[in-house]
Amino acid sequence: MAIVVNRPKLTLAERLYLPAVLAGLAITWKHLKRALFNRGIVTMQYPEEKWDANMPEWYRGAPTLVSDEHGKDRCVACQLCEFICPPRAITIKPMEIPADDRWQKVEKRPEEFDIDMTRCIYCGLCEEVCPEQAIFLRKDYSITGLSRAEMVHDKATLYRLGGVMKGLVFKWNELK
Amino acid sequence: MDTTLILKFLTTPWVFAIWTSFLKSFIFLNLVIIVVSVTVFAERKVSAFIQDRMGPNRVGIPLTLFGGKKDSFFFGLGQMVADPIKLLTKENFVPAGVNKFYFWLAPKLVMIPPILVIAVLPFGSTLFGLDMTIANLDIGVLYIFAISSLSVYGITLAGWASNSKFPFLGGIRSSSQMISYELALGLSIVPVFMICGSLNLEEIVKWQVVHGWLVAPFWPKGFTLSSLLHPADAAHAFASGITFQRLLLWVPLLISFVIFMVSIFAETNRLPFDLPEAEQELVGGYHTEYASMNFALFFLGEYAAMFAGSGAIVTLFLGGWSLPLVPDGSHGWYWGLVNIAVFFAKVSLLLLFMIWIRWTLPRFRYDQLMRLGWLGFFPVALANIFLTALILAFIRS
Repeated sequence: MAIVVNRPKLTLAERLYLPAVLAGLAITWKHLKRALFNRGIVTMQYPEEKWDANMPEWYRGAPTLVSDEHGKDRCVACQLCEFICPPRAITIKPMEIPADDRWQKVEKRPEEFDIDMTRCIYCGLCEEVCPEQAIFLRKDYSITGLSRAEMVHDKATLYRLGGVMKGLVFKWNELK
Repeated sequence: MDTTLILKFLTTPWVFAIWTSFLKSFIFLNLVIIVVSVTVFAERKVSAFIQDRMGPNRVGIPLTLFGGKKDSFFFGLGQMVADPIKLLTKENFVPAGVNKFYFWLAPKLVMIPPILVIAVLPFGSTLFGLDMTIANLDIGVLYIFAISSLSVYGITLAGWASNSKFPFLGGIRSSSQMISYELALGLSIVPVFMICGSLNLEEIVKWQVVHGWLVAPFWPKGFTLSSLLHPADAAHAFASGITFQRLLLWVPLLISFVIFMVSIFAETNRLPFDLPEAEQELVGGYHTEYASMNFALFFLGEYAAMFAGSGAIVTLFLGGWSLPLVPDGSHGWYWGLVNIAVFFAKVSLLLLFMIWIRWTLPRFRYDQLMRLGWLGFFPVALANIFLTALILAFIRS
């Protein structure tokens, strides 16, 4: 059955448009006046103002490497993240930990650990696959560089961005 | 060379007319271009404010380039310089399959008419005894209509020459729009001529200096600055300006003002009548296929047309360069400058009003516009002429 749409009967004022036009002008004028005195503007002035404080804990930003509270770099260069990384952004060159090192029993650590941020897709698979809880996606989202080489995060950068993460993995403690 | 000989040559009437015209055109055109670029910026800023945004506020003076510590944003006014530079330096891309000759011709056809219209607008009274109209034509208003309706050819041509669907639709809409408002536009100001008795824009302005602006023609005779010193007398004199006959004449004038104003909006392709452009429906409308300076010419043409249209409204209805109690240029060159400033101030306010309207009203469908033009404005404008004639006959009998 066809739906009957009743056309409303318009009064003369409505058919003249002009009262509606004036009402519209009044509304926009209200907004214009408010904005002129810098009130009611919802725009965030990005580089000066940031939304970082409201970012959730689980935010997936740039991948980073973390050390633990004993000053040990967590990564053991198992290369699982390198193998699982879908865009192959991670390159690891493992090395043996020398005998005189405090963490000699860990045996392996990366000599070089590069993440190419022009390739990274922030999927978080590296964080998920890491058996040592060494790689985390932190809150850094503004990764910039003037060249491709600058966009590659090396080991030092990754540890600097990652900082210290307490707990979670205890198997390398000296008492164990 | 003898300086007196040069002076004598320069003051020969025809030589004098030529070089002063060139000088006036040069200055006035540059002023118009400046106003246009400020209008583009104001458009973006006002639209942002109406929508609770900031608008462009970053492009300023790059002090860090010259060893400064911090860039000065300068309210984003640098945008006025940045926009033209961007448009000038872009690649002027011409798509394959367009009709090249007409494709190149169309933007120029859009840009030229508004500039020609500006030639007859009296933008000031006199300066050093020099008439502040580039071309003082006796058929001024007819000239405006003749020239400004030409710009539709540019738009239609652009739509057709682009050989692409969306510009084509824009061009068709533009021509359908023109036939719907043009008649009402012409007829709406016939009452103005009947009342002022002249087609010459300067004469119309001078009429308004004596009788008051045509939107409110209640200016009392012989009301001067000195009479303001006695408030009671001034009030009395002012009240004497509001007579029954003038109130009667006010009715048709208001009707023509509204019709003329709306028609100018349609003429300049401004919202709510920007059917040929209609970004949301037609990508970019008639200038979808244009890039770089060709696009900029359309853009400039649109804003110059806004200026010309506002100038026409100001001259015909809002008193042109006149402001109550401000004498004209024959009382000293500074008053001449004040008159020019008044004209530009009025035009700027009207431009702001146009922008304000744009960000308030939604677009008309083109059948709605045609109905508004043919069934609304055309009969009303026609009836208005007879109404004016009756009132004038009544007053003058």
